[in-house]
Formats: sequence, structure tokens, C-alpha cells
Amino acid sequence: MAKQVKIDAKGMHYTPLNQQIRKAIEDGADEIIVDNVLGQRFIGNGLRGNATIRVNGVAGGDLAMFMSGPTVIVNGNAEHAPGNTMDSGKVVIHGSAGDAVAHSMRGGKVFVRGDIGYRGGIHMKQFETQRPILVVGGSAQTFLGEYMAGGLLIVLGLDGVMKAREIGSGIHGGEIIIRGDVDEACLAAGAKKLPLTEEDRARIAPVIREFAADFGLDAEPLVNADYTRIVPASARPFAGKYTWE
Amino acid sequence: MSSNFGSMPLRYRISIDREQCMECGRCVENCPYGVFRWDGNRILINSRNCTACHRCLTYCPRDAIMLQEHPCDYRSHPVWTRSVRESIYNQARTGKIILAGMGSVANLPIIFDHLMLDACQVTTPPTDPLREPVELRTYLGKKPAKLEFTQKPNGDVELSTELTPNLMLETPIMLGHMSYGALSLNAHVAMARAAKETGTYMGTGEGGLHPGLYPYQDRMIVQVASGRFGVNVDYLERGAAIELKLGQGAKPGIGGHLPGEKVSADVSRTRMIPQGSDAISPAPHHDIYGIEDLPQLVNSIKEATEYKKPIFAKIAAVNNNAENVAAVARSGVDAIAIDGFRGGTGAAPRVFRDHVGIPIEVAISTADQELRKQGLRNEVSIIACGSIRESTDVIKAIALGADAVYIGTAALIAMGCRVCGNCYQGLCSWGIATQRPDLVARLDPDVASKQIANLIHAWTLEITELMGAAGINSIESLRGNRDRLRGYMLDEGLLEILDVKSVGA
Repeated sequence: MAKQVKIDAKGMHYTPLNQQIRKAIEDGADEIIVDNVLGQRFIGNGLRGNATIRVNGVAGGDLAMFMSGPTVIVNGNAEHAPGNTMDSGKVVIHGSAGDAVAHSMRGGKVFVRGDIGYRGGIHMKQFETQRPILVVGGSAQTFLGEYMAGGLLIVLGLDGVMKAREIGSGIHGGEIIIRGDVDEACLAAGAKKLPLTEEDRARIAPVIREFAADFGLDAEPLVNADYTRIVPASARPFAGKYTWE
Repeated sequence: MSSNFGSMPLRYRISIDREQCMECGRCVENCPYGVFRWDGNRILINSRNCTACHRCLTYCPRDAIMLQEHPCDYRSHPVWTRSVRESIYNQARTGKIILAGMGSVANLPIIFDHLMLDACQVTTPPTDPLREPVELRTYLGKKPAKLEFTQKPNGDVELSTELTPNLMLETPIMLGHMSYGALSLNAHVAMARAAKETGTYMGTGEGGLHPGLYPYQDRMIVQVASGRFGVNVDYLERGAAIELKLGQGAKPGIGGHLPGEKVSADVSRTRMIPQGSDAISPAPHHDIYGIEDLPQLVNSIKEATEYKKPIFAKIAAVNNNAENVAAVARSGVDAIAIDGFRGGTGAAPRVFRDHVGIPIEVAISTADQELRKQGLRNEVSIIACGSIRESTDVIKAIALGADAVYIGTAALIAMGCRVCGNCYQGLCSWGIATQRPDLVARLDPDVASKQIANLIHAWTLEITELMGAAGINSIESLRGNRDRLRGYMLDEGLLEILDVKSVGA
């Protein structure tokens, strides 16, 4: 039988809170429910294993940073940089999230139902079997996918708004897929847009279905929608900038 | 598109004394730059490819090879120097930013050389290090502002203040951060063994930690830079300490860029990026956009590693150094490495390397003064880096307020580097700054580690002698002890900034 642990985070500093979560995992908990979270930072930080942590409230900065394995479900919003330098596992945010979501993420999944702030997916990277995935249900702000070096970033624009400008500045790997058309003027230097092929669609369909299932959405209209695919114009964005002494 | 400049004057000319040469061909085998080649049974020379790495001279059994720098004169001119003219030709031809290897070549005065050390004479006698021990053991990390004790019923007293983790160094000299990728694995292994042998630590740089270095992980300071290459929780847990790289003295304010050509299969695994892809480190950490974000990153790493390891931050020395240092000290880090404007690099834009930043001597002194003024000096240790060349630089840096130093280029020279400044070509003939297997194999880690350890031992002995001569028997009594320094031919303004008296005073 799955072992469940409940923690009341009301008025608690992040260090004892995270120590309690870490201890619960060490003691073999499969599910940890943290109630009354109000901005405590670093939840799930550096944790291994495959437990599920349910965060009820607003998660503070660097949620699941360096995390390697667990699943974190936030019933609320998340602050700055959830999924920062994350290795593997999954973060599901039922609200919106702040700036630098999935910063330098190298594996696992971050799903945000609402909007994200500036620099979403910045410097995401991939290596061999590790390929990070960030899916945003709402809109993303400017500098989306900046310096992106790998991975998959999908923005669904479910609320009919897409605010991102300067998309993919310095992108040199990975792909950004945005529902609907994206004006060329919103692309930064170094990024180019391509139509989504049926092969691409088949590749992203399981991700969209998983996202839809997590948030109780109807998947098929999203799978079959029109998308714009944004990729690097060059894998060497700085190659032409320098000469040797 | 071609230019009308034609062939530029040679930078170096290689000549062979044909009477001495016995056509053994060792120069042909040893030069990776293609200076020498066989034409029948005669060795031909292409001096244009020469980098002055000296490999051919070293391996010529008859001393038949000679190298001359700038064999062709330009019309001499004090304003339009050779370097200025050649940069203009380069940029007129290419329209690009000039990149250069190793540290600053700007011919500016070196403050260390204008600081004289004190010694005891008759009013206080010197101590004899052979008889009286001189303590160089150094602890890096936070020190408590005060100590509290509790008395047990049996009368014993024990410490009740909780101490934070420190690194213990047997000598205040560490091996600075140079990444695997920029350097070869054999160079890294040599440095790691030397660190272990001499009781000190080495920095990984931002290239991750190769499994070949796991046996030395308790001697490694693992670096987290803006590219986050090779960084995961396993990496953080392996290191003895973790260093956040916020800046680099050779190129303050800009990021780094390892070209795809250097990202071999092994480098790719260690950095956790695809083989052949560019490794781009942005100028800022994109999760630090303001001073309030820095404590968040520092605390995030502390949470991830359960407060078991000291966290360092490295910054470049720039104009508002004192404010930067105070800000970093308040972020919760345990030590701050300050990298002066002469710091080394595999490659940096020439304009940054030669024109941006301030000298390490000034940066250390102002950092120490500001931290003391703000009551923060016990909260952080200070590490001086960027052109620490000899034991006297170490002792002067400590007297100006540092706790320890990082050496980089000096350690490379100890392995054979000739400071040719062509690290970026990836063809280092000494096997230090290359990934080409046949070149890497030239560097024997056993030999190279012994040479680095010898250098650290030798400097440590010299520091001991100098301290004994000054009647100082522990490194704590030297730290920030500016009264044991005197400025020679330094102007009044600079003396005031350094808080050092003039010679004679």
C-alpha cells in the first residue's frame, strides 16, 4: 500500500520544510502532501527517487531545482524558475509560473497550465536520452527559449493570447512549437520558423496527450491544431563573430 | 573575399643549423602546427605556422633549432605599434572581434613588484623556521562571530556554537578553475594528484567532472557557471566545495564559449551536451538578474546539498569591487574568489583581456577593507587569483587581506606550458590544452603532477622562510597585515587605496 505523509507548511521556514520532505522520502513515502504552502522556496530541491509531492498553495522560487526523479504537483502558482537545472522527474503546475521556468533544464518534464513569465525555457539542453520538455498551457512572455541548446518547448496559448517577442534569441539547439501562427517579427535573430510536418505532429502528440490528461483537457483538438515550429537558423550562432589574433 | 594586405610579416622565424642537424625528424614528429615537413631527406620549414611553443627546441637532440620573435621590423613608432597595426589589418580584412589566448599582454606596471616585504632585525629578532614551526594551515569558510561554551556538571567545557563547514588547506595555494575541455584529462588528473599530495584543492572549471577524477573528488571544488554544463545533484555532492562562477578576470562582464570542435565524445559526456555542439555560457546567470537573486541561487545549492559543503563565488575585479564583494558576502557564500584583470583564459576578446578590470592587488585590499568596515570579514574567506606568479605574490596577496590564492597559468607552466597563448587552437604540443589523443598522451600525469607538487612545495618553503624572517609564525598573523608591506614607487593615491605605507615610513 502506498505510504502517504502529510505536512502542514503553515508559517514554516523553507529549511525545516524541505528537511521534513527529504526525511519522508528517506522513510519510504510514496506521496507527500504539503498543505498551506505560501512561497517557501526550493521545494523538491535536489531530491532523488520517484515519490510524488503535492504542493497545496503557492510554491516559492527554484521549485524542483536539480531534482532527479520525483514528481511535484502544485495546486497553485509557482514563483521564479521552477524546474531550474532539473535532471529528471516531472513538475505539474496548475496555476501560472514566474520568470526563467525550466532554466538550464536537462531532462524531465515541466507542465504549466497557466502563463509563464520572461525567459521561459532559457538554455534548456539535451544529451543522449535526456531531453527536457516544457509545455505551457497559456502564454509565455518575451525571450522564450533564449539560448536554447536542446529539448522541446511547447506553448499552447489556450487563452487565445501569445505575448512572446524575441523568441529563440541565441537558440542553437532544440525546438519551440507554438500553437497557431507566429509573426516573423516576434522571432529573434538566430531563430527561424518552419511548418509543422506530420512527423513532427506524431512526435509531439504523446506529450500533448499527457499534458491534456494532467489538466483534464480534451486532447485531440490540441493534437490536431495548427502549429509553428521554431528552430535554430544555425547550430553555431557565434561562429561568424570572431577572428583570431 | 581577399584583401590587399598580402603576407603579413612573420611573427616568429624558425631556423635550423644545418651543420648541427642530423635529420632525425623529431621536430617533424613533435610539431602539431605543421612548421616542419620532410622533402626527400631534407627538413623544410614553414615559420608562419609557428606559435613559439618550443616543443621542437626541447626535443632537438643537437640544439640545432633556433626561434626568433618578430624577425621583420616595422618602422618603429610609439603610437602606431606593431600590435595596433596588426589588429587593424586583421579587422580590416575580417570585420570581426579579435580573440586571443591566455592573460593580458598590456604592458602596465605590476603592483606586486612595487610592494616590498618586511623582515626583522635588532628591535625584534627573526624566528628560525627550522626550529620554530610556521603554521600555514588555512581554513576557508565562515568563522563564527563569537564562540559560546557550555559547562558540563563535571566541569568540562564544550563548544556549543554550531560551526559551518570549512575546507582545510595545508598551504594557502590552490589550483584554480580551468575546465576539462579547455584542458586535457591528463592535465586535470595531474593537477588533482598534486592537490591531493600537497593537501590542497583544485577547481574543476565549468566543464563538469570526468569519471577519471572521481578518485580525487574530495580534493575538487566543483564549479557551477552560467551554462550549467555537467551540473546535476550528483556533481554537486561529489565536490568538497561548490563554486558559483559569476565572472572571470580575463573577460569581466561576458560569458564563455567552447567551440564545437573541442567538444569531443568524452568532453560531451562530461559537459552533458551533444558531441560537436558549441558550449555557450551566457554573460549573466539567467536566474540571477539582481542582487536579491544571488542569495536564492546560493541557498538553493545549500538546500540541495543539505548545508554540508562550503559555497564559493568567483567574481572578476572591476571598478565597484568593494560593493560587489560586500553584496556577494551578504548572499550567504562561504568564500569569494576575486579574479584580477591579468587572469588567464583559453580565449577572450583582446579588448576585454587587455582593457577591462582592475589589478588583483587593489581588489583584494579594497575587498578586505570593505568587509571589515561592514563587519562581514568573518563571514567569508577571500581567495586571490589572476596572475599569481611566485611565492612572493602569494605572501603579498595574503598581507593585503586574502586567505588563500588560486594559481592557474603557473600550474600550467609547471607542466611544461610555454605561454605561447595558442590554447584556443586545440593543438597544444605539450598535451595540456588539447583533446587530440596523440597530443594528450604526451603529458604523463605522474610526471606532471610531481612537477606541480614540487612547485607548491617550493613556494610553501619560501613562504615559510619569508614569514620566519618577518617573525610571523602563523598565517593568521600575516593576513591583512599591511604593516609588513611597504610601497616602492607607488603614488600616494594608490598607497592610500591599498592602505600601505611608503618605503621609509
